[in-house]
Amino acid sequence: MLLSTILFLPLIFALIVLIWPQDKTIRHVAFGLSIVEFIISLIVLKDFDASSAQLQMIEKHMWIERFGIQYFLGVDGISLWLVLLTTFLTPIIILASWNSIDTKIKGFHAAMFVLQTAMLGTFLAIDAIFFYVFWELSLIPMYFIVGIWGGARRIYATIKFFIFTMIGSVLMLVAIIYLMYLTQQASGHMSASLLEFYKVKIPFVGGSILNLQSLLFFAFSLAFAIKVPVWPVHTWLPDAHVEAPTPGSVILAGVMLKMGTYCFLRWVIPLFPDAAEYWAWLFLSLGVIGIIYGALVAMIQPDIKKLVAYSSVSHMGYIIVGMFVFNHFGITGSLYQMLNHGVSTGALFLLIGMIYERTHSREISKYGGLAGVLPIFTIFFFIITLSSIAVPMTNGFIGEFLILLGLHKAQPVYVYFAVTGVVLGAAYMLWMFKRVFFGEKGELVKDEKHPLKDLSVREIAVLVPLVVLVFWMGLFPNHFLDLTKSSVNHLVTNKNKYYLEIKE
Amino acid sequence: MDHSLLMAILLLSPLVGFLINGIRYKNPTANLSGGIATAAVAISFISSLILVADLIGMPAEARKIHVSFFQWMAVDSFKINAAFYIDQISAIMILVITGVGSLIHLFSIGYMHHDKGVTKYFAYLNLFVFNMLILVLGDSLLTMFVGWEGVGLCSYLLIGFWFSDKEKAAAGMKAFITNRVGDAAFLLGMFVLFATFGTLNIQEMNALAPTTAEASWLGAITLGTLFLFIGATGKSAQIPLYVWLPDAMAGPTPVSALIHAATMVTAGVYMIVRLNPLFIVAPNTMMVIAIIGALTAVFAASIGITQWDIKKVLAYSTVSQLGYMFLAVGVGAFGAGMFHLMTHAFFKALMFLGSGSVIHAMHEEQDIRKMGGLKKYMPITHMTFFFGWVAIIGIPPFAGFFSKDEILWMSFHSPLGSPALWVLGAIGAAMTAFYMTRLMCLTFWGKSRVPKSVHPHESPTLMTIPLIVLGILSVVGGWVGIPEVIGHSLGDIPNLLEHWLHPVIKPIPNLTEAEHSMEWMLMGVSVSLATISAFIAYHFYVKSPETPEKIANSIKPLYNLISKKYLVDELYFGTIINPLINGSKRLWMFIDVNFIDKITYVISDLVRGGGGVVRALQTGNLQQYAMLIGIGIVIALSIIIMR
Repeated sequence: MLLSTILFLPLIFALIVLIWPQDKTIRHVAFGLSIVEFIISLIVLKDFDASSAQLQMIEKHMWIERFGIQYFLGVDGISLWLVLLTTFLTPIIILASWNSIDTKIKGFHAAMFVLQTAMLGTFLAIDAIFFYVFWELSLIPMYFIVGIWGGARRIYATIKFFIFTMIGSVLMLVAIIYLMYLTQQASGHMSASLLEFYKVKIPFVGGSILNLQSLLFFAFSLAFAIKVPVWPVHTWLPDAHVEAPTPGSVILAGVMLKMGTYCFLRWVIPLFPDAAEYWAWLFLSLGVIGIIYGALVAMIQPDIKKLVAYSSVSHMGYIIVGMFVFNHFGITGSLYQMLNHGVSTGALFLLIGMIYERTHSREISKYGGLAGVLPIFTIFFFIITLSSIAVPMTNGFIGEFLILLGLHKAQPVYVYFAVTGVVLGAAYMLWMFKRVFFGEKGELVKDEKHPLKDLSVREIAVLVPLVVLVFWMGLFPNHFLDLTKSSVNHLVTNKNKYYLEIKE
Repeated sequence: MDHSLLMAILLLSPLVGFLINGIRYKNPTANLSGGIATAAVAISFISSLILVADLIGMPAEARKIHVSFFQWMAVDSFKINAAFYIDQISAIMILVITGVGSLIHLFSIGYMHHDKGVTKYFAYLNLFVFNMLILVLGDSLLTMFVGWEGVGLCSYLLIGFWFSDKEKAAAGMKAFITNRVGDAAFLLGMFVLFATFGTLNIQEMNALAPTTAEASWLGAITLGTLFLFIGATGKSAQIPLYVWLPDAMAGPTPVSALIHAATMVTAGVYMIVRLNPLFIVAPNTMMVIAIIGALTAVFAASIGITQWDIKKVLAYSTVSQLGYMFLAVGVGAFGAGMFHLMTHAFFKALMFLGSGSVIHAMHEEQDIRKMGGLKKYMPITHMTFFFGWVAIIGIPPFAGFFSKDEILWMSFHSPLGSPALWVLGAIGAAMTAFYMTRLMCLTFWGKSRVPKSVHPHESPTLMTIPLIVLGILSVVGGWVGIPEVIGHSLGDIPNLLEHWLHPVIKPIPNLTEAEHSMEWMLMGVSVSLATISAFIAYHFYVKSPETPEKIANSIKPLYNLISKKYLVDELYFGTIINPLINGSKRLWMFIDVNFIDKITYVISDLVRGGGGVVRALQTGNLQQYAMLIGIGIVIALSIIIMR
């Protein structure tokens, strides 16, 4: 019952928030509830058997018998940390939203909790239709968060976000239905269970896109690639980020993008191993282009939030590359980078939100000399910057290094291009840092009558857990990697005949 | 005491110092924060002394102290420990880092006394020492890389220490990004070597190194070592990545002494020496290193002749001297490279601190045209700077003579060397003597050009003590490595350093017995060259100050080119950085704004054009949208169920 509890508790929380009588205490209640959820999710961590590559803590009930659709939950080394990332970030986001969200507070918190259920469901569901429900469900609260509490061009951004993601999802649904049909052909009875999907042999012919496995591969990949986002279907992301309120940006960058990358590991690669291997060149190229393009374009953005949004395109490029090298280093690095990006980019958006609340501007050129005015804010921003540019002893380094190591092992040619991201990443972040924090005081900073206030205790409390994670993950990666090792090992060694067993 | 405890104290003491001063960063008391920081490094120095004493007590072949604290990361076959080891090479480094480091910390207390950010300054300085120790002690390339990037980070923070000055902040950024170019290559080097050896552990790689040289340019070891060397050109400021070091002088002067002269910038040389069994079997890499080193030595020295800022002269001098170290390791004389690294740490740290003392006395004036005759006001600074001067221009028996002479001799004698390299080295030596003498004359000797408003004075004791200690080391520091040819004729004085390093340095293949007559002759030539050019410089800048200007005017275009640093910065901006920024703008406009988004619009227009139905749906009413999504999901599910 543990996974079901974690999955549906937030929905109950959403109801509690909606019927809560006092407006004043809603933030506290929501924060407390999200902490409860986080603590319960720690039990998963405690009970998780790291030595096993099997699907653990499963819950399986028939939902729609005729089509073999099941209520089917389970966790393994691939999804474990993403579940914890979700439950960990939610209280932080709620605590951070105390100033930035000032209208329709009830609705906001309810949306956050619904979103949490949707994201957890995406990571935990092992039945394709069940999964699809959560995948689509996640769009709705996100749509509201941007659409109601967003910036001036929020309607444009939400529609763009919606069009992009919908196109992908529709194709995926068709592919899922087709896979269900294949299970019926293979075994006589229809099933939407991922475990049954794994068993189906899907014919593959190289050299052409027009074979079944490649078509299904692309149907799934497109949906996930848009979510990641992979270059060139990334353009919805900067707009969504810029228009989203701080909590929306954090949850979007922190968790929602990982739904895309996670699904490549859970669905695409094990289901379509031949096609994945055959088309690896395409995804490696797109990933590397994303790394470089994202960094170059980030460099010239005048808006600090857009800069970080494009940096996400670059960082997500690394993750894509790491997955499509199919070796231990690359896949471990990718999984790690998913967490890193959640922590660092999440923290960057939080920090940008904090400064935006003070100045109501995100234009880099209007800042300058902030380090002399807000020293504590500067220290936090700097530490997160280090994590973002992957300085050793921070989390970012471990992920980036392992991905590049894996890429070199599998496809050395690409690494010579990808490694430029190491330089460009430092360039765009430090250049931005210099313009915002160093030099003479800019127009937003120099008003001496109304000096900017440094971080409050609440804001420090928001950031400290993230900074702790930055160093913890950088100094003791084994604490995290040990739990993913068996599953990654299983995926790498059995990629072409992948199966998952159920741990009793 | 237990070795792992000592090692832990050695490494963590500066980190603790950083944390204490970091937490109380707003506190403006220089004595207290400086005291904490200096004590932290001094404790490290004492632990190093004990550890090195233990090392000396071991039999020569078994000299090694290895301590593994915990496993850092393990993925499949890739395992890296947080492990550190001291051998003959790293022993020298930790003594230099913590010894010279303590002196520079002490000096800083006086130098930074009135700065508001003094506590922050000491925190950064301690953090630097911590990272530098990780760099030199790390038992794998990856642990080394942790320190390698860490010192770069501290360098960034300290160069841009006075961040409200835009130029200084820019200099810090330039240093970090230029270093990142090298670091990217360092990463590639690690990947190639890991693919070859299946490990990044330095001792294991050294043991696995083949015995025969690799002839191909594309051989794994050649490629790997070449990438590592590119990494070294970044950190150690060699062509083509040296451009950040002169700008790095924006930082406080003791930082220039510690980071940008004595320790961090020598990391590249150290890395090559630590991996000498790999480099020696990659003759192509070695050739590249030697050529780049020799060229940098001459190139930077020539710029040094034309500079007017006291710290810029010393900065180009550092680039040039680092060139000599690379020339040494490039011809296989790893011991000579380490030797020069050590003596250079003494005399260059001395001269940077001396220049700090001068700048302090001149109320932040750095232009040597506004100095002159300071000898009389600052006797101790002058005296110690004098020792640094004779050491760097290679006058026997001062420290620089022995190390530089050994490099020049080996660049000629080694089978990996060539007479051409020797000629470059000798020209560089003559130039060094010239610009250093010029600096001496314009700063301390001749007529005073000090403005009336400035009253130079000797620095306080706290600052002169480090100068005196380093002055003594600049005199005697070279005596540990007296070459056989001189030692023999003076009655069998042993070459202690060579003896010490012998077990961990691979011999140069096919090295013939040295001809003593040749060695004496070349030594005579290079010393006379240096002496003559020192005299010319003295004559120019003290006796007839108008001559240099006349000469400069007569070769105006060349002089301008050199004094503008060969316009290399302008070249990099014109051909790389600006095109990159403008190109990125165009790329963004072209791909994101005008192409992909246009397609999205076309699609949505098609949908709109397809029927008024859709348009009617786009009401902007969110509840309605939500309802539609809900309906959509239901319809989708029903389709499945109805099939």
